[in-house]
Amino acid sequence: MILTIDGKKISSQEGESILDVAKRANIAIPTLCYKPWTEAHGGCRLCSVEITRDSWDGWKKVVTSCNHPAQDGLIVYTNTERILKLRKTLLDLLLARCPQTPEVQKMAKEYGIETTSYKERENPDDCILCGLCVKACEAIGANAISTVLRGIEKKIDTPYSQPNDACIGCASCAEVCPTHHIQYQEKEGIRHIWKQDFPLLKCSQCGRTIITKAQRDHFMEKSHLSARYFEKCELCHKKETAEQFYKLR
Amino acid sequence: MKINSLKDYQDVRKQLLLLEPPEQKKILVCCGTGCRAGGSLEIVHRLEEELKAKNISASIEMVVKKPGCQGMCEKGPLVWFVPQGIFYCSVKPSDVIEIVEKTISKGEVIERLLYKDNASKEKIAHYEKIPFIFRQNRLVLRNMGVIDPTDIRDYIRVGGYETLLEVLDKKRDPDAIIDEIEKSGLRGRGGGGFLTGRKWKACKKAQGTRYVLCNGDEGDPGAFMDRSIMEGDPHSILEGMILGGYALCSQEGYIYVRHEYPLAVKHLMHAIQEAKEYGLLGENIAGSSFSFDIHINRGGGAFVCGESSALMRSLEGKVGEPRAKYVHATDRGLFDSPTVLNNVETWANVPLIIQKGSGWFSKIGTEKSTGTKVFSLVGKVKNTGLIEVAMGTTLREVIFGIGGGIIGDRPFKAVQTGGPSGGCLPASHLDCAVDFDTLTKAGSMMGSGGMIVMDDRTCMVDVAKYFTQFLIQESCGKCLPCREGLPQLYHLLQEIVEGRGKREYLKKIEELAQVLQDTSLCGLGSTSANPVMSTLRYFREEYLLHILDKSCPAGVCKALTSFTINEKCTGCGACMRICPVEAISGQKREKHEIVQAKCIQCGSCYSVCKFDAITIGKRS
Repeated sequence: MILTIDGKKISSQEGESILDVAKRANIAIPTLCYKPWTEAHGGCRLCSVEITRDSWDGWKKVVTSCNHPAQDGLIVYTNTERILKLRKTLLDLLLARCPQTPEVQKMAKEYGIETTSYKERENPDDCILCGLCVKACEAIGANAISTVLRGIEKKIDTPYSQPNDACIGCASCAEVCPTHHIQYQEKEGIRHIWKQDFPLLKCSQCGRTIITKAQRDHFMEKSHLSARYFEKCELCHKKETAEQFYKLR
Repeated sequence: MKINSLKDYQDVRKQLLLLEPPEQKKILVCCGTGCRAGGSLEIVHRLEEELKAKNISASIEMVVKKPGCQGMCEKGPLVWFVPQGIFYCSVKPSDVIEIVEKTISKGEVIERLLYKDNASKEKIAHYEKIPFIFRQNRLVLRNMGVIDPTDIRDYIRVGGYETLLEVLDKKRDPDAIIDEIEKSGLRGRGGGGFLTGRKWKACKKAQGTRYVLCNGDEGDPGAFMDRSIMEGDPHSILEGMILGGYALCSQEGYIYVRHEYPLAVKHLMHAIQEAKEYGLLGENIAGSSFSFDIHINRGGGAFVCGESSALMRSLEGKVGEPRAKYVHATDRGLFDSPTVLNNVETWANVPLIIQKGSGWFSKIGTEKSTGTKVFSLVGKVKNTGLIEVAMGTTLREVIFGIGGGIIGDRPFKAVQTGGPSGGCLPASHLDCAVDFDTLTKAGSMMGSGGMIVMDDRTCMVDVAKYFTQFLIQESCGKCLPCREGLPQLYHLLQEIVEGRGKREYLKKIEELAQVLQDTSLCGLGSTSANPVMSTLRYFREEYLLHILDKSCPAGVCKALTSFTINEKCTGCGACMRICPVEAISGQKREKHEIVQAKCIQCGSCYSVCKFDAITIGKRS
């Protein structure tokens, strides 16, 4: 399959998106809610590009490159005036939603926007609703958080805003959050996240924090690993393995 | 009572026609949702009681029936005598005794209950002579107001399910059925207007378990076409879906009905049960090797679940959010399997096309928009209700010919079509043909059939604001442009109607419309700017008057409107009596006055004044 992006002809395979192909060819397309470890969300719309075909008589369509399949004969434009204007408006709207979020301010500035030309959200937070936290929670097998409510009131939360026992306190959600909107606190061996306290396990060798007890129990249930495996942290595991190899030399 | 062959069906039908032949005298009391709200169930109850009291058998001599929505909703509750054809409007339960005494016992007509033609002011006794009726082309609505939707025997009596039995009896080639649908030119009646035959062909090509879905989520404000068909002729939908299942080699169908239609759900579930009892649905339909089952799913109160991919997610038990349609549902839809989703009205057309042929169907309507369309005609029009006309009928014929013109004979201002995804067209477009393509070229769209008629007391900026607010409440919130852009659009419109509008807001509105149209994830977002853009296109001066002159010519936007009494006032006191806040004072036969400080700009005085003595002006 051959598609053309910004005049460059690139070969692609079944199952690739336009974005996949562009990345391989080192053509930059901005993204915000896209991550390679999960299915394309298609929510931020920043990766929008114009596509056409020879048979379309010059008619162009705007699609999101993260989830539009790469097809033979597709002609893609990533930086036309139309696309740049659309991206600018999208970032302007995003800045109105999150006017105090550094990551958003930075991206908006790249498109010439210092302050939003729209009405700023009242009591804004840093959540851009990219959905990555939900995807991470799904990936780890907990399914403790999701998007709740609809439209402009949509937010990320646990069911009914209550602490639930699906949450294992792994903080994967906080890890992947591009704007650090999801917060947690750690104090005296307890991690507090999503309104719950999670006792943390410490490495028997070096004393570093490993994971929460709930997370360990969750991993044990999902895998064949025993509790002993989780007594050491990752670094000490590596050290132990290295020492064993050294002994065998 | 299973029907196992075409012959069985013909025998059953013969029996049913003997029991209740076409000549049988019947009283049809419309029991669609609208007439029920008007008390039609009470009318039926009293009728049955009164007939019993007078020793007239309600099941032999004069059968009392409760059909679904007849369509002339403005004039309900409706009572129709067949086969004589006498038709009564605005019937009250207290009229029953007189109806039994005069019309039933003596065949006399009660003048005051007759339909009064708005134009000629004549009273019309017979149903078929009423312009609202004879100017329509009722094909999909053929059984509405005629048969009892909760009795499959009525459906069979009028030939229902014969098409299905014939197809099974002749073992017709499923692909030939798809060809017929394609040749007929049938396009999706839910608003998308996609060629139905092409959709079915694409699904047939895909491999995997195929599903047949019916979209009964009808969410457009003011639209009740699908509701009426689901309530009033559920078997027509079932027959269409079973034929579809046969053609597509599918064994499972789902009807997704919006939560807010309990009567539709009730009648559909009952119809499914009856069809199963008669062996027309389920395992080995009519003794053939074809099995097909239909389940009902209720929506949860989200307009966005009318969008095909969101509907399928909702059916799967997931959150009703649309997804990118780059991969078609006919390849991977419900449960990631090849799926055909069609609207209620589209399915109701299928048995007709298979029975009478694609040639017959394609002669109705226009070349690219074949067949008829059901519209819900509402708003400031005299005859509101449900109508069906051939595609290509002009807006003028619908609004003035069938609709009878504007209430109070006020000036026509605009007609809104296509619901929140559509637009408004002004008087200059009254001779536009109603079909898929003509209205779209004019900047609106036919949509699912909602038609809202507006007069000079409608503010077009207010209309745009209304639809934008509706969409904000219904947006799923997944994509940035729709979730964030619509509230920003609403904010600008709010500023304009409250007198704080600025000229540059129009540019901002156009900027938002562009990003909504080009980058929204689904149809809700991509068409969400249509109400604003179409009103801006045809009523730009109205926007400019709001912004620059701080006035609302229609007298709707309260912040920009004042009502004052002028010298034409005769002192009749009608306005004073109707004012809800007692802001009007005056002596009899002397010019009255409105106290501006008390006035809430509701406009009731303006509506009630017969002397043109109320002036709509700006706020000082």
